[in-house]
Amino acid sequence: MIPELGHFALWLGLGVALALGVIPMWGAARGRDDFMALARPLAYVLFALVSFASACLMASFLRNDFSVLYVASNSNSHLPIQYQFAGFWGGHEGSLLLWVQMLVVWMLAVALFSRHLPREVLARILAVMGLVSVGFLLFMLLTSNPFDRLFPVPADGRDLNPLLQDPGMVFHPPTLYMGYVGFCVAFAFAIAALIGGNLDATWARWTRPWTTVAWMFLTVGIAMGSAWAYYTLGWGGWWFWDPVENASLMPWLLGTALIHSLAVTEKRGSFKNWTVLLAILAFSFSLLGTFLVRSGVLSSVHAFATDPRRGLFILVFLTVVIGASFTLFAWRAPTVGLGARFALFSKETALLANNVLFLVSAGAVLLGTLYPLLLDALGMGKISVGPPYFDTVFVPLMAPAIFLMGVGPLARWKETSIPDLASRLKWALGVTVVAALATGWLAGSIHLMATLGLLMAFWIVSSVATDFWERVNPQGKGFAELRRKTALIPRALAGMMVAHLGVAAFCFGVTMVKTYEVESDVRMAVGDSTTVRGYAFTFKGVKDVQGPNYDATRGTIAITRDGRRITELSPEKRIFRVQQNPMTEAAIAPGLTGDLYVSLGEEVDGGAWIVRIYVKPFIDWVWGGCLLMAFGGLLAVTDRRYRRKAAAGAVA
Amino acid sequence: MKSLKFLLPLVIFLGLVWFLMKGLSLDPREVPSPLIGKPAPAFALAQLDKPDLTLKRDDMLGKVWMLNVFASWCVACREEHPLLVEFARLKLLPIYGLNYKDERVAGMKWLASFGNPYEASLYDHDGRVGIDYGVYGVPESFVIDAKGVIRYKQIGPFTPEAIETKLIPLVRQLKKEQGNG
Repeated sequence: MIPELGHFALWLGLGVALALGVIPMWGAARGRDDFMALARPLAYVLFALVSFASACLMASFLRNDFSVLYVASNSNSHLPIQYQFAGFWGGHEGSLLLWVQMLVVWMLAVALFSRHLPREVLARILAVMGLVSVGFLLFMLLTSNPFDRLFPVPADGRDLNPLLQDPGMVFHPPTLYMGYVGFCVAFAFAIAALIGGNLDATWARWTRPWTTVAWMFLTVGIAMGSAWAYYTLGWGGWWFWDPVENASLMPWLLGTALIHSLAVTEKRGSFKNWTVLLAILAFSFSLLGTFLVRSGVLSSVHAFATDPRRGLFILVFLTVVIGASFTLFAWRAPTVGLGARFALFSKETALLANNVLFLVSAGAVLLGTLYPLLLDALGMGKISVGPPYFDTVFVPLMAPAIFLMGVGPLARWKETSIPDLASRLKWALGVTVVAALATGWLAGSIHLMATLGLLMAFWIVSSVATDFWERVNPQGKGFAELRRKTALIPRALAGMMVAHLGVAAFCFGVTMVKTYEVESDVRMAVGDSTTVRGYAFTFKGVKDVQGPNYDATRGTIAITRDGRRITELSPEKRIFRVQQNPMTEAAIAPGLTGDLYVSLGEEVDGGAWIVRIYVKPFIDWVWGGCLLMAFGGLLAVTDRRYRRKAAAGAVA
Repeated sequence: MKSLKFLLPLVIFLGLVWFLMKGLSLDPREVPSPLIGKPAPAFALAQLDKPDLTLKRDDMLGKVWMLNVFASWCVACREEHPLLVEFARLKLLPIYGLNYKDERVAGMKWLASFGNPYEASLYDHDGRVGIDYGVYGVPESFVIDAKGVIRYKQIGPFTPEAIETKLIPLVRQLKKEQGNG
């Protein structure tokens, strides 16, 4: 009964979404208050219905209702409860429901927090989001119903893919989707503004916090996915340029560009067309990513069950949504004014150049992802481009972007003088070069690529420090003045600085781990010891242990340095009882300056094992940097002007 | 003219849609192998269950056989496996397994629990032989004729249709060739 109720709620939701997409839009066009007033209540109802459907699916998981096909394929009666949540979004149907669930969460947030918006604008925004949800609800109901029944009912489920039975998988997909789908808000704002013709600085001010929040979620979501790959796939990699990863990276790159472009539009009224185009693009890439992952046009390690019918549906949906948006853009954009003029050397130019670089990198990722498909469609045979392509293309695009990241914040709006900039940044440049070379020297060897990466990291740090110092320079008035001025820095600005430092930490981590990591596969019998980077790893043997739904062989490896005991690691080899997949569970001793990573290879004769040992310097900085970026976003959205507005909104 | 540039995103997008449209009708698994019509790359590998026995490519000369790449970690292999077991019962041609980038024990356990359609299995732990054969996804299968030439490559799991319409006719034809030659 529960699945039927959920299914029914989705059909009702489809009806409500249709009404939400049509009635307020019509009302806004005709100036009918009664129609526009329906937008918010309809959004609430849609939220309630979709949430009810999600609750039904979750209940089916918790009750081990294997008469539901989706539950039977992704769960098992021995599956620990937290992974039943992971099971919810472990397959195609459930993750689509999660997509729609996130969409209605955003819709609810817009309906709740945007009361201060003009009625027409709010009506149009919610209507656009309603129309998007129509597409996804239809997709789910017509091709991928999570509530399909299975007959005869199996005695037990096929269990969740062991790779997904990991705490990271409980949180990673919702966070990622929250970000992915969140760009729908910026998209809806853009479409509403294009329809209403009110594309101006106010529009940019409204859009900014929504975009930043979505971007924060996406940043954290991608970082979590990468960390998951690092410790579950068992070979220590953290980014594979897999189509599914690329599908989340492309909207991130465009979202980053959008955030910066919105800043210009808000402050200077410039780049309006460009900003609106980016808002459309960011969401279009989210949709395109969904298409690539679900349609089966590309094969991927993440591969969801694919079905050409689904691909066709999404392609048609994609064409309608993006095609209509671009048509609207082509029709309305020419009437939008240019905004304030600016000189060739100015903050505007730096931001514009950065935006172009981000857009081009997103394009390059798209090209690399689709290249095999393009060649195939042109009948030129099949090939696949792997990490070498992306590494070659990405670094040269990001290096100038990072250079500009240092310059941009110090440049002035409208017009800036190059000699002035150069003299303000000369110290930063000097410190950068010295620090990069010194780091290489301390690490034991100086490499060209590593130095480039370190230059980027230190350049960001030293230019942020310069920027900070210029703002708080106490001019001889001592520490109290410094503190007073620091406290005066608006959070939006502080957020920018923190986010940029996050990029620096990220660059530093990537460079260090790529250059200085050590990998070693050794055959170890009980009692054997091997030394990697000064750490002595001693194999103490294996024993069998039982997990809730797997049997494992657990090895014990003691690590010492100079005779001092550091830690003991217990990597496992797990065989999951239902799917019989062997899984390598690496054991990691994380640390600020690097991880010690141990995983069990295979058993060789005589009780000896192949043990894989990695020393990964500064790897955690990669994810720490992402968290810093997201924290910067958090600071920016809690800026005083938004808090004031929220307070005012609450009174009104 | 000035406003034409605003049409650019739409035009680019429609071009992309055309490609994706074509992409939908293509199968990413259908990759023509440059090896078809070429001699099968040489190998000499220990057997999965008998590490001290080695099989070489040249041991196979004179018979039509099939090499099936499998691994215990491969989900699609499990899908394909019952079909292979059934097909092996027809005894049309000997099937040899190539246990690709796998652990010996896991591979043997896998065959023990799902059935063993293979004459023998080769143990390709580091994937070297797989690389020589251009293996790009598991499972994959190669049909090799009596002269040691690769005649057919199946990427991804066999389907009942593929076995019925491609594999069986091909094997019959190859056997006829062998009989004549």
